[in-house]
Parts: sequence; structure tokens; C-alpha cells
Amino acid sequence: MTDVPFRVLPSLDETNEFFWTSGSEGVLRFLRCQSCGYWLHPPGPWCPGCGATEFAPEAVSGRAELVTYTVNHQPWAGPADPYVIAIVGLPEQEGLRLTTNIVGCPIDEVVIGMPVQVVFEQHGDIWFPLFEKVAP
Amino acid sequence: MTDFERRSIISGIGQSAIGRRLNRTGLDLTVEASLRAVEDAGLTLADIDGIATYPGGGSAGGGAFAGPGTPDVQDALRLEVNWHTGGIEGPAQLAAVVNAVMAVGAGLANHVLVYRTVTEATAQGSGGRQGIGAGGGGIGGSMQWTIPFRAYSAANWLAMNAQRHFHEYGTTREQLGMIAVNARRNAGLNPLAIYRDPMTLDDYLAARMITTPFGLFDCDVPVDGSTALIVSRSEHGANVDHPVARVEAMGTALRGRPSWDQYDDLTTMAARDAGAHLWTRTDLTPVDVDLVELYDGFSFLAMVWLEALGFCGKGEAGPFVEGGTRIALEGELPLNTHGGQLSAGRLHGFGFIHEACLQLRGEAGERQVAKAEVAAVGNGGGPIAGALLLSRDG
Repeated sequence: MTDVPFRVLPSLDETNEFFWTSGSEGVLRFLRCQSCGYWLHPPGPWCPGCGATEFAPEAVSGRAELVTYTVNHQPWAGPADPYVIAIVGLPEQEGLRLTTNIVGCPIDEVVIGMPVQVVFEQHGDIWFPLFEKVAP
Repeated sequence: MTDFERRSIISGIGQSAIGRRLNRTGLDLTVEASLRAVEDAGLTLADIDGIATYPGGGSAGGGAFAGPGTPDVQDALRLEVNWHTGGIEGPAQLAAVVNAVMAVGAGLANHVLVYRTVTEATAQGSGGRQGIGAGGGGIGGSMQWTIPFRAYSAANWLAMNAQRHFHEYGTTREQLGMIAVNARRNAGLNPLAIYRDPMTLDDYLAARMITTPFGLFDCDVPVDGSTALIVSRSEHGANVDHPVARVEAMGTALRGRPSWDQYDDLTTMAARDAGAHLWTRTDLTPVDVDLVELYDGFSFLAMVWLEALGFCGKGEAGPFVEGGTRIALEGELPLNTHGGQLSAGRLHGFGFIHEACLQLRGEAGERQVAKAEVAAVGNGGGPIAGALLLSRDG
């Protein structure tokens, strides 16, 4: 990926480090309840599915569907070409979503409902999960 | 019904000077607004026994956004209070009013000074609006899930809600634009509004894009200013030399996940819960409402509130506002009669409450709505929302 943009970096701590560094192994991970399999995002201490408290980061497929998006034109953090901010929904669980960016495709090809696949953009120790358009 | 809300009235209202760059402190503006509100309520400072603000000192977002905290205002006015509160967690900007009404209803206070102060225009200076966190540095908490993806502003987050609404219901920019055009039309009749020049739908559509589908005129205008309200025991209404706004009901519910991207229905967000809750606390229904003052920090939020409060069906706000006649001053449901935050300035929720009181009192001048007995107010957007129903008393 060329032209890596400026990004505000997340502050890593014991609750989120797995999420932000998982891309170094090429996979996207979320916390998963070890009793009932519920995917918990953002990370937390208690499973709303079954009440269990044992979680572990587990990899998801990396596939997703574009739920909604916006093309940003405003230079909030200095000059930048228009770029796509999106919310994607993961097939592993209804309502499991991420705010992200859509990269690697012309802006006018971005449509709600299109299938996307995770790619990672490295900033030091942090690997941002972004998404690219893929064939249905 | 005997819900506690009806033990309270808004007995007095006051605003400071409002402007783009006043270069005055938030405390100075707050004192100006507060003294006006106390006088308007027929009271003296010695009568004020409670104080509340949103969000107040120490809140995230900084002093220009938060305004002075209650200790600073209490001390400046040498108030002696039985009860005091400020904070950012609650049903949006309305939280301060809710807290005051609860304090009065519970008997902790008789007259609560409630205020909201912003100095965002002065803080912004000539550099334009900056994104949250755009200065760099690491970010934690819930913001880590949006800001690092270059989604620096509520403009970005809410644009995605709007885009989903467009997708599901066929809403158009021409429909969305009527929120802004209507606001500008009303602002032309409000001498205190910031933007008063006429604006057509073509002007709206021609403005530069901020973040699709929001153009420049879908975004409110930062200002400096303070709005103060006095929430009093309802018996005090008889002592005041003008009609007052009786608190009929409040909607404070939050049932979906309080998150920009995990909330179940991205086309409504928290307004759905607060709006539905409001109608469970009154015998009035949407057909009883004469005018609405609905948060328009971004134009789309006023559409969300129209649906959330049941003035039209789910997904029908686009056709409801199309053409603008229904929401005009002379229409069946006048909307944002002072110009909203889009044209009158971003007084952050409290401008709507102030305007609702003026209308109910019949003091709105050229923009006065002919029949103004019941007004609904919506505050907030995204994962925070509060709703208020006021009626004319006296």
C-alpha cells in the first residue's frame, strides 16, 4: 500500500492490544466467549450472550459487507484527497461491525452492500484493519 | 397522570450576546445569561437554590465546548444552593434540564439555574473547524474505534447514518436540504441569528461537500454564547408576569448499544429510544404538538427526530419535509422556528429549548407561530438523545 496517510494512533493497553496488533499475522481478531461463542466488540469483561467471563481473541474470516459509508472531503487533519470512511458488518455475527476505511478501489465504485475483505495498514506496532472490495 | 415532570415549569429564560467571535470568557457570558434568566423568572439570586449544566468543567472536549463548571458559576454569582450538578453523561444536552426537573420534583430545590455555554467560535479562530484528535497523540476509550480511521468528526459519523437512511428509504439531498433551507428562512426573521441571508435549495446543493451526503449547509455554525433557564416549582408560575412553559414530559431512554457503530438501527440511533419514551409519560400525542424544535447540529438529525417523535412514519422524514411547506412557520408542524443551529448558531441544544419557551410565551416576534400551546424539543444525535415536551401555562 503506497501513500500511507496520517492516522491518530490508538493507545494500546491490555484490553485492546490483541486487536490492534493482530494484523501482523495477517488476520483480524475479536474477543470471543469461550462458553457460547459470542463475539464481543468492543472488548469487555462479561458475555451478554451467556454471562460467562472467559474470553480469548479468535480470528474471523476477514470478509464483511459494506453497511454504510461516507466520502470525506473536509481537511480535518491537514490536506488530504477524498477518502472513504465506512462501517462494515461481519458475517460471523449479526450486528458485529467495525468503523474502517475502504481502500484500493475508485470512490465511485463504493456501494452499500458490496462484499469486502480485510487488508492491513501498518503504522509501527499497530496494524489498522481496512477493507477492500472483492468479487461477490 | 402524576408524573414528577409536571411539578416543574421553566419560569425564566435568558441569553447572553451570541456571536461568531466575541472574545469573552465562558464565565462572563454565563453570568450575563443567568442574570437575565433570573430577572425574567421574577426572582433574585437569593432565590436560586440549585444549579445544573451540561457538560460543565473538566469534561472531555475542552473549555470552549464544555463551558464553565457549576462551581465557577456558583461562586461568581455567590449562590447558596441545596443541590448542584454537571456532567456529560446523560440524555444529551437535555441532561442538565432533566436533572433540574428531577431535583425540583424530588423537593431538593425550588429554583434551579440551568445553563449551557459555548465559546467554540473564538476557540476555533480563523483556522476552520478541526477534527477531534487531529492534533495527534494516542487515543483510548470509545474514540479509538472511529478517530484512527480518519473519522475525525461527528460530521463523518452522522453522514454514515444519513447515507444508510438514503439507502434504505430513498431519501435524497433535495429532501435533506429542506431542513437547512427552512432554517435559513426562519433565521431571516430572527434578528439574533448568525446567517440571515436567503438561501435557496440550489444554493444548498451548490455548496462544497464536507462528507457525503453532507455539504457545508448541513453542518451547524459554531458560535459563542450562553443560554440560561430557570426551572422552578410549578406554583411559582402564578408569581410571574408572563406565561411560562410547563414541563409535560421528558424522554430519557437509551435501549440500543450506546455506540456510533454498534447501535442496532443506524438510521435512527438513540433518538428512537428517547422519542418513544417521551410519549409513555404523557397523555398528549404527536397530533397535539403545535411546533417542534429539533436538534440540527447536522441537518439529518432533525429528520431523525421527526421520525423518532412520531410526526411521520419510520423512513418517511424525506417526503415529510420535501418542498418545505409542512415544516414552515405557517405549515402544519413548524420546525426550528429561530433558524436552528444551522443558521441561528450552535448553542448546543439549549437554543431549541429557549426558542420553544419564547414561542409558547408568544414572544417570538416576526417568527411567532400562530398557535403555540404545545412544543416538542429534541436534543442530541447519534448515541445520545433527550426529548422534552413543553406546554403553555398562563
